[in-house]
Amino acid sequence: MATQTDSRVPQIGQRNKKGQLVTDPNELFFLSPRTSSFLTGSEVIREAIRRASVDFSVAYPITPQSEASSLVGELYAEGYVGDYMRGESEFAVMGQCAGAAFGGARVFTTTAGPGTLRAFENFPMWAGSRLPIQVVFTVRGINSPLTIQPDTLEIAFMLETGMLLWHAESAQDLFDYMLKGYYVAEQPEVHLPIGVICDGFFVTHTKDMVMMTPEDRTLPHYDPYRSPVVCMDMEVPPVRMMRDPFVMKSNYISYMTHASWQLEIRAAIERSRKHTVPLLDGLIDVENPDAEIMLISSGTAVSQAREAIRLFRARGEKVGLIKIKTLRPFPTEEIRKATEHAKHIFVPEFNVAGWLAREIKSTIDRNHRVVAGPHVAGGMTMPPEIIVEEIEKHMAHRRNKELVHG
Amino acid sequence: MANRIQINKEFIDIMPQDYLDLVDSGTFENPNRGWKDFGTATELIAEHSLCAGCPESIAFRHIMASIPNPEDTVMVGSTGCTSLVFPMIAVHNIHSLFGNQNAIATGLKRALAVRFPDRVKDVIVLAGDGATVDIGLDMTLQSWFRKERFTTICFDNELYANTGGQESGLMQKGFLAKMAPVGKRFEKVRLPEIARESGCDYVAIMTASKPSLVEKVIKQAVLIAREIGPTYVQIYTPCILEIGKQSMEGLQEMRTSEAPGERFKFREFISPEAQSFLDGLAEKKKAEKIAATT
Repeated sequence: MATQTDSRVPQIGQRNKKGQLVTDPNELFFLSPRTSSFLTGSEVIREAIRRASVDFSVAYPITPQSEASSLVGELYAEGYVGDYMRGESEFAVMGQCAGAAFGGARVFTTTAGPGTLRAFENFPMWAGSRLPIQVVFTVRGINSPLTIQPDTLEIAFMLETGMLLWHAESAQDLFDYMLKGYYVAEQPEVHLPIGVICDGFFVTHTKDMVMMTPEDRTLPHYDPYRSPVVCMDMEVPPVRMMRDPFVMKSNYISYMTHASWQLEIRAAIERSRKHTVPLLDGLIDVENPDAEIMLISSGTAVSQAREAIRLFRARGEKVGLIKIKTLRPFPTEEIRKATEHAKHIFVPEFNVAGWLAREIKSTIDRNHRVVAGPHVAGGMTMPPEIIVEEIEKHMAHRRNKELVHG
Repeated sequence: MANRIQINKEFIDIMPQDYLDLVDSGTFENPNRGWKDFGTATELIAEHSLCAGCPESIAFRHIMASIPNPEDTVMVGSTGCTSLVFPMIAVHNIHSLFGNQNAIATGLKRALAVRFPDRVKDVIVLAGDGATVDIGLDMTLQSWFRKERFTTICFDNELYANTGGQESGLMQKGFLAKMAPVGKRFEKVRLPEIARESGCDYVAIMTASKPSLVEKVIKQAVLIAREIGPTYVQIYTPCILEIGKQSMEGLQEMRTSEAPGERFKFREFISPEAQSFLDGLAEKKKAEKIAATT
């Protein structure tokens, strides 16, 4: 249900079969009245999809996204989603999503942890095929040993798939990023899959106040003909073309086309900035920008870092915070600028690898300033006291070194 | 929907002759299209990059001549020799990964049904035996369990041809191949029987030696998938390279393998629902014939 020329598809100002008013995206995001609701993250996913004119959604059970994906099924039963099914594995689910997106549908799915890795081969294929599918990753630990608990390690695997990756700190971010994510991902000069990431349990299974757009307003339908690649619906025959022709046996051509197309995908990620910056009010948020000690993080670790800042403030000490909203595109220039004056940079993370610290180290100068930590993993919580302790330990160590060598 | 196959006049002087021929004499929008159009119409498959004499290219030509409404058909392929042909066919086709073709077709068919609820949009999967039976078996079967409305065609060459002749599940027991250094130890997988038990309303196993039979089977498979439920067609397309045959010997290899008692002797299964649908079509055709003559 998508063509602008198709009279069955309600346009902006018209109502869909559920009576929702199809609303200009910017009006929906910024001008429509918002009311507050007290919801779990899973319910927030349902409410965002209710307002997103989704054509097709595929579900598969894996904790902690099972509730959200079955709630999307209830939306289908109510008539808000075009079609809905349970797939047989995450690998198949992501293929089913791809097939529907090739056929011109707006597609939604969710997965987490082991499911993300089971599905993995699909993600670079989605990006290479320029399919603007949205998947919400409710991130959790990856086996073994088995854990179903919150952990952000799987994001490290996603970073070079060619997808847009936005990391929500809260249920409010999740609601906004899901709706705004479709708008950015479907821009013809972007047209890439988007992963909206939220931390499993911390966001999905806790209740929070969320300011939501009206239930009776929805995003305009996806228009598959506003795309840099052909929609595979045979509406413009005859053709001799396929959407992945570059594996043919002319090596000269295949090397060149593959390499240039990969560069184009990365360029498309960068081109998403100009649509994302006004929608998210920048790719980062900065608190206490002039502090010598800066914390940088994404997801719920930002909330914990903010609490740590409060503990320092209570003692009369100033610590700054940079919240990263988009991991792809990575806010390289923004972080460089915001850390120019910083003497010490700490990166609290909910994973054992410290991939975010590595990303930051590889993009800013004087990267000896970056301390990769504190880390917790496998479902451990990160009380703000741990962050305070990490900073104090590091600073004391520095002072001792200065005493000995200074 | 008449006369959809047109070319923008501004493009006539820059498009290749091959494309102009498709517009002028391609067999789109012709309900009576079939293999007899060979030689008088522009085929929907152009020059291909398969080996000289490859039976897969024969099967491909017969299938492309037989699909009932190419102007509203989208095909889904998989990695392998068939993916070398797909860029040369004149219907939209999707290649994404190795083995996920029935998952792709599931999403595609459902999306087209949501977007075009009042129109016929056929989806046809065409993949090799490695994609269908080995790496993709889960998704092949699950699409049949769910009664997804599309046709699955398997080009069965009884091995992995594109990677150089390795053992596959559809290979015959005892065959000596790469990765089967002492001969394959288990029987050829009985996918036609599995297809029947998995919910397919029409199943056929055959070779590509007889164009009229391929045409009949493909038309039945596509029409039944459109109206009743999933369909499966397994066609022997021997890899002449890997079984030590010459370019001109492919046709004879197919004929030998479809003789009575051989593994590709023509067999079909038609569910009662599909049979009554086919009977209805036949009656309608008969009535039209009578009406035309009286």
